[in-house]
Amino acid sequence: MLDSKIPEGPIENKWLNYQIKAKLINPANKKALSIIVVGSGLSGAGSAATLAELGYHVKCFYYQDSARRAHSIAAQGGINAAKNYQHDGDSVWRMFYDTLKGGDFRSREANVYRLAELSAPLIDHFVQQGVPFAREYGGVLANRSFGGVQVQRTFYTRGQTGQQLLLAAYSQLYKMKKAKKVELFPRHEMLDLVVIDGKAKGIIARNLVTGQLKRFVADAVVLATGGYSRVFRLSTLAIGCNASAIWKAHKRGAYFAAPSFTQIHPTALPQTSEAQSKLTLMSESLRNDGRIWVPKKKGDNRNTNDIPEEERDYYLERRYPNFGNLAPRDIASRAAKERIDKGYGVGQLKNAVYLDFRHAIKQFGMHTIKDRYSNLFEMYKKITGVDAYQEPMQISPAAHFSMGGLWVDYELMTTIQGLYAIGECNFSDHGANRLGANSLLQASIDGYFILPNTINNYLANTLNEMRPTLEHPEFDNVQKEIEQQIAKLLSINGNKTVDHFHRELGKIMWQECAMSRNKQGLEKAIVQIKDLKRDFWKNVKVTGSDKEMNTELEKALRLADFIELGILMCTDALQREESCGAHFREEYQTKDGEAMRVDHRFSYVSAWEYNNGNFKLHKEQLEFEYVKPSVRSYK
Amino acid sequence: MKVTFKIWRQENAKTKGDFKSYEVYDLTKDMSFLEALDHLNELLVERDEKTIAFEYDCREGICGQCCLFINGRAHGPHSNMTTCQLHMRSFKDGETIVVEPWRATAFPVIKDLVIDRSSLDRIIEQGGYINAKTGTAPEANAILISKSIADKAMDAAACIGCGACVATCKNSSAALFTSAKINHLNSLPQGHQEASTRVLKMARQMELEGFGSCTFTGACEVECPEHISIINIAEMNVRRLKAKWFE
Ligand SMILES: Cc1cc2nc3c(=O)[nH]c(=O)nc-3n(C[C@H](O)[C@H](O)[C@H](O)COP(=O)(O)OP(=O)(O)OC[C@H]3O[C@@H](n4cnc5c(N)ncnc54)[C@H](O)[C@@H]3O)c2cc1C
Ligand code: FES
Repeated sequence: MLDSKIPEGPIENKWLNYQIKAKLINPANKKALSIIVVGSGLSGAGSAATLAELGYHVKCFYYQDSARRAHSIAAQGGINAAKNYQHDGDSVWRMFYDTLKGGDFRSREANVYRLAELSAPLIDHFVQQGVPFAREYGGVLANRSFGGVQVQRTFYTRGQTGQQLLLAAYSQLYKMKKAKKVELFPRHEMLDLVVIDGKAKGIIARNLVTGQLKRFVADAVVLATGGYSRVFRLSTLAIGCNASAIWKAHKRGAYFAAPSFTQIHPTALPQTSEAQSKLTLMSESLRNDGRIWVPKKKGDNRNTNDIPEEERDYYLERRYPNFGNLAPRDIASRAAKERIDKGYGVGQLKNAVYLDFRHAIKQFGMHTIKDRYSNLFEMYKKITGVDAYQEPMQISPAAHFSMGGLWVDYELMTTIQGLYAIGECNFSDHGANRLGANSLLQASIDGYFILPNTINNYLANTLNEMRPTLEHPEFDNVQKEIEQQIAKLLSINGNKTVDHFHRELGKIMWQECAMSRNKQGLEKAIVQIKDLKRDFWKNVKVTGSDKEMNTELEKALRLADFIELGILMCTDALQREESCGAHFREEYQTKDGEAMRVDHRFSYVSAWEYNNGNFKLHKEQLEFEYVKPSVRSYK
Repeated sequence: MKVTFKIWRQENAKTKGDFKSYEVYDLTKDMSFLEALDHLNELLVERDEKTIAFEYDCREGICGQCCLFINGRAHGPHSNMTTCQLHMRSFKDGETIVVEPWRATAFPVIKDLVIDRSSLDRIIEQGGYINAKTGTAPEANAILISKSIADKAMDAAACIGCGACVATCKNSSAALFTSAKINHLNSLPQGHQEASTRVLKMARQMELEGFGSCTFTGACEVECPEHISIINIAEMNVRRLKAKWFE
């Protein structure tokens, strides 16, 4: 039975009630406790710094050369908070409602409320840490809107919000390093979790410079390893983003929730060739001023600027007059796909739509538009060679965010005692679709505010326990398994590269498990991925050795996990016979092509248990006490 | 298109390295430079050779991990751009492209094109933060900050920590990097309390790490992907002098 540990009381008091009842640990005892944090993104760095401030001994691991390079750095648009600085009717309640509805009623009310409740103090925190948020001339903080909401609650630092927030977290982490309260392990990749007597007690990590496998023991382990959308290969994520840490934890007993819930972002740059390694995101904030359209005529080859106004189809404004270009991401992506599939796509491969600023430039002036987005326009020009002040951008949907992740309870603990998952790698607040600018928020709040106030409730019980030593037989077992896997990869000596297999996996996943899904396709995909897995373990070729820096080997290890995760994602998408949020099953849609939820059968979170290559479903029933699930309409 | 890559190969930090040439044929203009290297690596695997180690992560110009010295320039032929944003359309068919790691005493080579830039983190460690604990913040709008100051702080804060400024400087100075962080924090009211200690400690660490002195050639701002201006260095020097007087 899954126990989500939701505290008693009315929703406004739940977090307070939780904190009142949670066990505390006195400062002297905290010093004796050690915590491993895997990840240095907003959630990882934020939690590692805060836990260290509280007095715990913290070790923080990440695969990049510096904590400042975690992928949170790439977030552009902004971070939401219910400050109601714009006096436009915002409140904690409104934000709670928007997020719950945005997630299509597939998340837990209590968690979502807490997210909204803690959002305002988080902005205070970041301002105090020196984040140079955008300001009005009078000196107060500025806001803008993001998709799926009608208020302005997004805080931003130009188009580099994630960068500035992460740099604040990274500096705080270094402050604690200087204070000798945290040990940092750059260029270390966690390869497996060590569970002893049902409790998470350590990890084994590979030093990416020397290749050495190293053991680390602790009283609790926190995974903050980010999103796994690189399972599609082409995505807006960094090349190194991976699922390995959570996948290994899953195989050791942590349930994986809603694995197939993936956000496809509507405004990325289109793919232009087979060799492409990444799809660059153009921030959603551009939809505040840009208008999305395709020509009304199929295959219209005229110069973009020559297509007259009346021959342009502003399809989002047409279909969703209330939200227009600010319709939520899942809806905007599907609408783009619908137009592209029907033959109205533009660009070289006819796989894009236009995002046009000429009206905004006319209305607000070039200066204002430059002030708002100059770095995005500049980035666009560097990549495509095109000046978007003169002609519209071409954009296309791309895999972007994993709503799914390790199942966690209200304390952010997984189904393994002492193992926590925070940030994008858990499934908690976003349900079936994440609202723009809510995930920097979730990652930060998990790391700064929630985990540091829940982990004590568990650690208090471990104070009298003996910490296992690094010689414990379970460390031996786990290490042996890793060594065998690495040896196998290096010895196959087949005839196909790791990238070849990743491209194949990506094609299957994008075809069958992305913006729209159906039974037949998913069944086929599962067979195809299983075949791919066999092929991989028979024919992959990895050169170099394991006792040196070997990026091919790193890629191979990550891909091996992605392949297995791909099977689970398709299994999950197949089992959920309804459409909700980003999960669109073609069999379940309304007459005008909108998602059709099946609440009486699927008002639960799917949490999958790993069982020797098979997956067993557990259900966490969702109770809606405060907001009645309604049809999610943005018309 | 076809190009010849002349690439620095070095087993590890202890061995000596040298250049090796690789001809690569089936590239396209649309490929990014790093995708061309990916492609070369796939060819090397097929030929049973070790792949070339090089750095990247975000591939969209923000993480600062990519760092190649291409044809004698940090991040390649264009100004103010990261390596990952460079595309093959910037090279001629048949061209020979020389690719090296960044060279500076404070950036030792780890392998092939991968270097160790932890010296930059250690500069930050000395004071590139505000000493305030999580949970102690006042209401965000309680302290007003004029738009021009916030904008100026942001201009400096935009640094991606790639180290191109160091790689391109004939003195291997990290003055642009260090000054950007100091000016970002010191120009904000939140950073005022520790303004003098910050500038003194960070500047001192910069020297301890073996970075050279700045002689104002201005080379760094040409390569900086974030257009950080050398005025920041002048400002840091003033702040440093002031801090010394009051020490
Ligand atoms: C291009 C882009 C733009 C975005 N824009 C926005 C936005 O405007 N607003 C918003 O709210 N959200 C945005 N998001 C989403 C948001 O940025 C992320 O969800 C969030 O930053 C995730 O933070 P995190 O701490 O969970 O993980 P990350 O920041 O991804 O950090 C993961 C960390 O885990 C480490 N790691 C991973 N695997 C291992 C391993 N096996 N061993 C050791 N270490 C490991 C990595 O080194 C890294 O330090 C955007 C995302 C992308 C991709
Ligand atoms: S790879 Fe991130 S800046 Fe180039």
